[in-house]
Amino acid sequence: MTATQQPDATATASDSPLWRERAVWFSELAKADGAALNQLWADFGINPEHELLRAPEIGLVMARGRVGGEGEAFNLGEVSATRCSVRLLGKYAGVEGHAYALGRDRRKAKIAALCDALMQTPLSERVAAQILTPLYVKRQAADRSAAEKAAATRVEFFTMTRGED
Amino acid sequence: MYVASKGGENAINAAHKLMAEARRGDPSVAELSVAQIREQLRLAVARVCAEGSLYDFDLGALAIKQSRGDMIEAIFLMRAYRATLPRFGYTQPIDTARMMVARRISATFKDLPGGQILGPTFDYTHRLLDFKLAAEGGEAAPAQTAPADPTPPPHVLSLLNREQLIEPAGVAAPEDQAAPPDLTRSPLELPACRALRMQALARGDEGFLLGLAYSTQRGYARNHAFVGELRIGMVEVEFDIPEIGLTVSIGEIEVTECETVNQFTGSKTEPPQFTRGYGLAFGQSERKTLAMALVDRALRWRELGEDDLGAPAQDEEFVLSHVDNIQASGFLEHIKLPHYVDFQAELELIRTLRREAFERRTQNQEAAE
Repeated sequence: MTATQQPDATATASDSPLWRERAVWFSELAKADGAALNQLWADFGINPEHELLRAPEIGLVMARGRVGGEGEAFNLGEVSATRCSVRLLGKYAGVEGHAYALGRDRRKAKIAALCDALMQTPLSERVAAQILTPLYVKRQAADRSAAEKAAATRVEFFTMTRGED
Repeated sequence: MYVASKGGENAINAAHKLMAEARRGDPSVAELSVAQIREQLRLAVARVCAEGSLYDFDLGALAIKQSRGDMIEAIFLMRAYRATLPRFGYTQPIDTARMMVARRISATFKDLPGGQILGPTFDYTHRLLDFKLAAEGGEAAPAQTAPADPTPPPHVLSLLNREQLIEPAGVAAPEDQAAPPDLTRSPLELPACRALRMQALARGDEGFLLGLAYSTQRGYARNHAFVGELRIGMVEVEFDIPEIGLTVSIGEIEVTECETVNQFTGSKTEPPQFTRGYGLAFGQSERKTLAMALVDRALRWRELGEDDLGAPAQDEEFVLSHVDNIQASGFLEHIKLPHYVDFQAELELIRTLRREAFERRTQNQEAAE
């Protein structure tokens, strides 16, 4: 399952997931801001030897909804998405990494696939600390900011007292 | 009838060059960037994505720029682009109960768990032109903030459902439910199930749906709708990743959901209950989803045992066959294209008919004399 969605008012690096489950890191990479991931990857500085099993490919997923939010499923419409698959060579030869992310950012998909592969190697702790946790903190901060702005528009009803008593 | 003809090529090339220049407008005025359209004409972009049935705000903004703001032309560009891409598969149904809401209101309950969150709305504005916006360089004051409740607000209608005062939300679907029909894979078949109607309405023309919904309010199959809840926000998109054998969220999309509470149904065995209409669309598409919910409810007359009043909004064949603005404009606008040969035939025909009529009249006059 996915990491929780709702903003955490005190999100810091220490609140971030432990990055033990593949679905959790896979999803964090998918949701990453492309420019931020690109920068973190450049700072990380390790570009492992690899081959492309599937070069970054842009396509569509058909998003479904449910009638009434919980009834029968229906096809709402398509969303652009990008996927990529790599296989590491050299020291960690044979480890496969994959990525799927909404949007059309090919470079992001490739970096995400490389990170997914590295998370299955002894470098996983470094990837988690230097890439995944900063992505998580950034995303939580953005979600929190949006939620706090929405909360300020919440109606606080009060009742006017009328008459003598 | 169509025949090949030559001679238009130079004119067409020149027309397209002229169009490009006209699109740019006065070159002394700064050119719009796609990012500016995406950020500052966000509701236009949302509409292009919803009716283009392709969620991609960058592409929506590009389409609006390319089409000079002609929304249906922009929607056409989105539909054409999507046709060039491979389909990776179908997502898990989005869970709107877990939406991170930017706006969430109910017209039926004042006090409700999670509260009324107005969000970025035109409601309660005075609809007076704001000339401050005409002056360039004005920075918007920063939005206020307040502590946010980390729990997503529950669906309002689930509160009514608890007391069984309202019908359940659609047929509860087992997880292995057969794949819902997909308009992009097979042509519309009638009668349509509710899932197919939903897909058609979700990508349907906002103006057409607005007109139909308004007609139900004016009495053409009136169904007394209240806005039980309208919510806008981000939802996760979960997808089965075949390579790793896991279902994973691969990102978030903005959607608008509208649920209406409508008048009762009941029978000898079932006590009266409120009924529901449902609307869902990409982006901030409030008017669209509200209209969609009213039309959805009107189309359900048979299932709910109501009378066929002969109203347009009740007529599934009429609604679903005409709700798609790309189909409609394609057929409508093709009559602008050369029909010289067709028209030649029509000319021949009318000349013949007139000659015959003239001859008959002359014969009648001669007979009378």
